[in-house]
Amino acid sequence: MNDPTHARWGDWEPVIGLEVHAQMRTSSKLFCGCSTTFGAAPNANTCPVCLGLPGVLPVLNGRALEFAILTALATGCTVAELSRFARKNYFYPDLPKGYQISMYDEPLAVGGHIDFNSEGARTQVRLTRIHMEEDAGKSIHDGAERESLVDLNRAGVPLMEIVSEPDLRTPAEAADYLRTLRMILQYLEVCDGNMDEGSLRCDANVSVRKRGSDTLGTRTETKNMNSFRSVERAIEVEIERQIEVLEGGGTIRQETRLWDADREQTAPMRSKEDAHDYRYFPEPDLAPVRVTPARIAAIGAGLPELPEARRTRFETAHGLSTYDAEVLTTRRDLADYFEAACAAGGAPKTLANWILTEVWRIVRERRLDDALRIEIWPISAAALAALVSLIEDRTISGKIAKTVFEEMLTTGEAPAAIVEQRGLRQVSDEGALTAAIDAVLAAHPDKVAEFRAGKEKLLGFFVGGVMKTTGGKGNPALVNQILARRLAGG
Amino acid sequence: MVNDLCELSLVAARDALRCGEIRALDLAESCLERINTVEPEVRALLTVTAERARAEAALAETRLAAGERGALLGIPIVLKDLVATRGVRTTCGSRILENWVPPYDADCVERLQQAGAVLVGKSNLDEFAMGSSNENSAFGPTHNPWDLACVPGGSSGGSAAAVAARECAAALGTDTGGSIRLPASFTGTCGLKPTYGRVSRFGLAAYASSLDQIGPITRSAADAAAVLSVIAGHDPRDSTTSARPVPDYEAALTGDVRGLRIGVPREYFPDELNPAVRQAVENALAILVERGAEPVEVSLPHSRYAVATYYLLAPAEASSNLARYDGVRFGLRVADPHDDLLAMYQRTRDAGFGAEVKRRILLGTWALSSGYYDAYYLKAQRTRRLVRQDFETAFQSCDLLLAPTGATTAFQLGERTADPLAMYLSDVFTIAANLAGIPGLSVPCGFDSKLLPIGLQLLGRWFDEASLLRTADALQRDTDWHLRRPPLLKTAETR
Repeated sequence: MNDPTHARWGDWEPVIGLEVHAQMRTSSKLFCGCSTTFGAAPNANTCPVCLGLPGVLPVLNGRALEFAILTALATGCTVAELSRFARKNYFYPDLPKGYQISMYDEPLAVGGHIDFNSEGARTQVRLTRIHMEEDAGKSIHDGAERESLVDLNRAGVPLMEIVSEPDLRTPAEAADYLRTLRMILQYLEVCDGNMDEGSLRCDANVSVRKRGSDTLGTRTETKNMNSFRSVERAIEVEIERQIEVLEGGGTIRQETRLWDADREQTAPMRSKEDAHDYRYFPEPDLAPVRVTPARIAAIGAGLPELPEARRTRFETAHGLSTYDAEVLTTRRDLADYFEAACAAGGAPKTLANWILTEVWRIVRERRLDDALRIEIWPISAAALAALVSLIEDRTISGKIAKTVFEEMLTTGEAPAAIVEQRGLRQVSDEGALTAAIDAVLAAHPDKVAEFRAGKEKLLGFFVGGVMKTTGGKGNPALVNQILARRLAGG
Repeated sequence: MVNDLCELSLVAARDALRCGEIRALDLAESCLERINTVEPEVRALLTVTAERARAEAALAETRLAAGERGALLGIPIVLKDLVATRGVRTTCGSRILENWVPPYDADCVERLQQAGAVLVGKSNLDEFAMGSSNENSAFGPTHNPWDLACVPGGSSGGSAAAVAARECAAALGTDTGGSIRLPASFTGTCGLKPTYGRVSRFGLAAYASSLDQIGPITRSAADAAAVLSVIAGHDPRDSTTSARPVPDYEAALTGDVRGLRIGVPREYFPDELNPAVRQAVENALAILVERGAEPVEVSLPHSRYAVATYYLLAPAEASSNLARYDGVRFGLRVADPHDDLLAMYQRTRDAGFGAEVKRRILLGTWALSSGYYDAYYLKAQRTRRLVRQDFETAFQSCDLLLAPTGATTAFQLGERTADPLAMYLSDVFTIAANLAGIPGLSVPCGFDSKLLPIGLQLLGRWFDEASLLRTADALQRDTDWHLRRPPLLKTAETR
């Protein structure tokens, strides 16, 4: 552990494990054909199966199973050849059947790990298990009417529960682990990772113990964090609360606590004593899930290159800086876009700059980032490569390229066509540039004298003047070169 | 009386319809007329679908006239009211679903419709199929057409009584621990519980999901074969159905039982077995032996644990399956304006469920509770495997098993209601087949001194319904027990 940790919590050591619920990006629900689209009218995405009407039966979505297996393989888990769904029984209005179909003592996969960088150190978190389960619906409590409304659109939406071992030691580490996990899920395209809409949810198991102790303290489970910041803050606040209780001679109650983001505090939701007895038992309506080694291998063959490997490759094969490589590989769409542009013939470093500034800004502004589909981005990778090539071969300057980029956005025209139509081609004719420079120098004899007297900062002033008279099209390198010569009296 | 077409067996009626000898509308009218005559006393049906029956019969006539040969074209049927019928209320024998109208048909209903069957009504049952006498129906018991003071057996007692009273040519029941076979035995009808996974459970309100199975109740084995051919088969909506091809069950009825090894499990013939039942069953065995079958003595040692095992597993599943009846989305809701959620749940379920359903929900909740799960649920699962292994072993030395269906004939209404354990023991011979998932067929094999029907049970290998039907059909070629009519009908006719 690094020093700041020591300083922060004295001789207390936090122990943190995360339970992550990731909504799988399938088009239909886990056990019926209903759509999983977010934002539909209440109860529009329901059918007798997800409404839990009498006599209906669940049928497993094969795509969801593939997604969960893919995730298990990407995180080094062992996929069980036989796993089993179980019923978790409890009453609540947004749980239509009175039980949730989940997995219990025979989960889909066990024993993986996720490696990541946090606070300057290499860290590993072991995964206990990954299993599939259906989501519940949503209750909307209307205080004034003394009524509650139930929306079952989410009921039956497929989730993966990814449970970590209590290997995390600081809130920042927990947030970094969650970021890495989200990145992997997005790379696999099994979850969109959107914490606002609840497609990625995280519960934190937190306890503290005396440093050097190898027994675990009593833990609490904190829920209701819907951003990375919340996760980090909630864990921090909960650690501090526990230390305060223990140092004041109190004991920690095993309980579930709710994070209140506005007040920045956790509050008890239910204690162990009034915890449900879920009466788990094997789901008799579904056959055990049997996955043959051949099927696992076939799914594994579809594993994409994961972010870590891709980052290293971007550094070595494309000569990117560690920073650029890391930022580009945080998202599969971004990295895919970069590679597509490289393949179309753009210079990697220039492409990286353009993608991380201009392209990404536009994609974010137009809210196209959640779809994880580069085909819908307004500038295609090939078009960007063409633009960058025009800079590289000095047809246009980098500055003019921004104008061309804006034009590409509005007209959708190819960059070369825009350059020709609008006459943006860079002026590299020495004679024309020399004439323009001489005109500028002639107009400012006083400034020329000052420059020659040693005030070299004035070079920029002259360059600006030349660019102005050439409509920004003057070849900057050439302008500088000729200008230097003329000022030197040549 | 309009006509007596309702007296025709399914196969006879089908043949007559096909060659134009009778009309589907007349057949339907005959059943509706019979329903009017006997229902005030028998009370087999919770809903009579007269208008639908006439419309479906008219449609069947059109299809017949067009030369169609649908397996059940124009055949009047009754469905146990646990099977969902779109647009027709489906009560499950419970107050909690008294006015529930399903927006979908069960898989078996779709298949029956496609085959041209004519729905005449939905039959009475023990609430959610929990019972052995039909006395647990929220809408009052069905009476046995052979003796109105007696129960018809349960839980598919309404279906069995309707077939016995000729209110329809065939009915569907469901069997979780004997609920098709015991009523068949008590009413002199044929009742088949298919192999688990042979018939889709889609649309069947679940009692105990790992045991429930839909099957036909008919007047003969041949009739049962015709119905099973229609309702059996894989259903993508039920993951527990088998993809095995469905054989032609009617083609299996060759009458030939030569060389068939019939296992006689000694545990099913205890000393205290009702002597009339023992004699009738042994007599039927002798007839089959005369036809060339070979009797083999076998043992099913774990069958004695079957009832106890069943009463842990079935209630455990039921406690979960019945959680959806909470008053939130459909069915009964009982709530005071000041009630909170918990009070609404409690009031609704207290008013909606009968005593036996509550008893089983409590039993099942207990069996699954933390601290008791291993001792009850898990141990029962292990015992279930042993029961299954018994059958695997037995079927190494025989092709099917023969035993009494019930230890007694139909008992009096009210006779066992005060003692749930005595009631549970009604199913002592039928439950093991559900635990093992094997098919079982009950057919009439005689009458006791009170002229009440006695049932014989044939149990077969997994997915070998054909052998059961062939054997029962062979027996019915030499006997007429299945053709006898309840005395009620004679009284009804002279009226």
